[in-house]
Amino acid sequence: MSRRNRKRRATGRRKKQEVAGRPAVNRNIQRLLQASECQAGLQRDKAMESVSFPPQSSIAICGGTHGNEMTGVYLVREMQKHKVDKIGSVSISTVLSNPRAVDVCRRYTETDLNRCFTDALLSSPITDSTPYEVRRAQELNAQLGPKGSEKAVDMLIDLHNTTANMGLCLIFYTADYLPLQIFKYIQNKMSSVPVRAMQLDIPLSDAYSLDSLGKHSFSIEVGPQPNGVLRADIFNIVKEAVDHTIAWLQEFNSGSTFEAGEVEAFTVVKSVDYPRDPVTGEISAAIHPQLQDNDFKLLKPGDPIFLSFTGETVKHEGEELYPLFVNECAYYEKKIAFHLAQKRTFKLPSIHMKKD
Amino acid sequence: MSSYSNTARLTEARRVAIFGGTHGNEMSGVTLVNLWMKNSDEIQRKGVEAKPFITNPKAVEKCTRYVDTDLNRAFTPENLSAPGGDELPYEVQRAQEINKVFGPKGSPEAYDVIFDLHNTTSNMGCTLILESSKDHFNLQMMNYIKKAIAPASCLVLLNEHPLLKYSTSRSVAKHPVGLEVGPQPQGVLRSNIFEAMRVILKHALDFIELFNEGMEFPSCSVEVFRVSERIDYPRDANGNIIAMVHPNLQDCDWEPLNPGDPMFQTFDGKTIHYQGSGTVYPTFINEAAYYEKQQAFVTTRRETLVASAIGKA
Repeated sequence: MSRRNRKRRATGRRKKQEVAGRPAVNRNIQRLLQASECQAGLQRDKAMESVSFPPQSSIAICGGTHGNEMTGVYLVREMQKHKVDKIGSVSISTVLSNPRAVDVCRRYTETDLNRCFTDALLSSPITDSTPYEVRRAQELNAQLGPKGSEKAVDMLIDLHNTTANMGLCLIFYTADYLPLQIFKYIQNKMSSVPVRAMQLDIPLSDAYSLDSLGKHSFSIEVGPQPNGVLRADIFNIVKEAVDHTIAWLQEFNSGSTFEAGEVEAFTVVKSVDYPRDPVTGEISAAIHPQLQDNDFKLLKPGDPIFLSFTGETVKHEGEELYPLFVNECAYYEKKIAFHLAQKRTFKLPSIHMKKD
Repeated sequence: MSSYSNTARLTEARRVAIFGGTHGNEMSGVTLVNLWMKNSDEIQRKGVEAKPFITNPKAVEKCTRYVDTDLNRAFTPENLSAPGGDELPYEVQRAQEINKVFGPKGSPEAYDVIFDLHNTTSNMGCTLILESSKDHFNLQMMNYIKKAIAPASCLVLLNEHPLLKYSTSRSVAKHPVGLEVGPQPQGVLRSNIFEAMRVILKHALDFIELFNEGMEFPSCSVEVFRVSERIDYPRDANGNIIAMVHPNLQDCDWEPLNPGDPMFQTFDGKTIHYQGSGTVYPTFINEAAYYEKQQAFVTTRRETLVASAIGKA
């Protein structure tokens, strides 16, 4: 059967490279982490009371934070073309975060914008030598923040693509119940693509990415898509996720209660660099074919991770962990071949809107 | 019956170059050439001087396709003879230097064969690019490679189109061979893609060695895909694209596209259908570098070429 005919029959399966497809639920989790480092708290044994939040009336949807991650660029442009600024109870700002990088279709012009939102960089004095992206971060902070203040947008959703086979992945800083409930909602609604969550265990002051400006924020990271390429299937996935998020916010603002439950998320614990030539610093191996495209598939000691150019296999050592962002293009310069994460279960209370 | 009189007698292919980094972010070629510049054992063949070479080092250093202008379009007669030295765009200067070392293009002193290593974001698999339907040496080489890697496949793209043909870095040689392997994102090195390119080159060099040692290759048929038309994205009055390659066409390089088949999808989900007069075989579908060249994909038509028998002169 030709590829096109198989595509007609498949519902939403992506056909490229060695796509891992939707992974099976892992039944061999070695241990659950203790709750100590989670800011929102994990109340594992006692029943959780419903938690209330103020109405979520102002959100920002950002694209082009990296100028060559095309889905966000085009989705924001479309929303701007159609002058989308309010849907029901939610007012929406659409922002092209790094217009200069978008113009030249590069990740950034001088420095990575999505690393410029630490407290230190947001308050650093601007001089003639300040990189464009640092200035831009301060502009965005004034427009959508200030970070950590009452005036900040209720929610900031930052749209990204990755060359890694991550499917649809929501990225959070804290185990904030609001985005976690949205994640649960999206996960239940979308079956055409694996939907997962990644958590970065970093305090707000050190939080470096654009989404840290909003009160309750997350990034939507979808792959695999090459830089500079706009795939229709990926665009449709991100559009659907954004539509579900806005629908959730409408329901929330109209007084609905979202039931308690549990979600799994992946917390990054370390990163692994490529093997490199000790003299030149050039990489001397590629991600092993058995790891390539197998993001979120448990990596055990002895599993191959790199295949050197001279044919040697490098194996994973140490504890069983989940690889993420496997072979992300932008991470070669950050000396990251992949991240390794632990899988954690978060218990969510039911949540509802706080009425005045 | 002896076919001696029908065998084309060709000179030995002694001087062979392997170009990587013509586009600085196409990592398989960059990596292979760097590897072979450090240790060339793998590319040594009896009777062959194989020279690995990074064509666009500045672009490689910045991990970008090009610095000023696309090197793989720069080998026009105008560029190769342009005065101006340092004032010229970087890639035009590079083209002139490359033409001096490996050419001059069109002269008897030019290199016999140049392999130019490329990657594409399109799902083209392993593709060999041919610039002339009358290059029997290359046709025989491509036939040899295809047979050597079977049942894995390697298709031949022929670009002889009067308007769409372009002046490649490899065109400096008597027998230019493009190797295009995908899909691979720019800036990314995938092990399977890297190893596939390596295997193709191994067979290509084996062929040259056999030819130089006197082996004769009987006449054969080679299926090729001849470039026919460039199809751009639908755009608005400002030149912005208003539709994406349709999910049914995405990744379907080399599969038949029939009139009426879905071709593009607008941002609000409408389908735009292919309106051509007959079945075509699209390729270079959704190549990142071609958005700026106004190309969503090219159409090709299938053809069978007959390669003459060849032997060393």
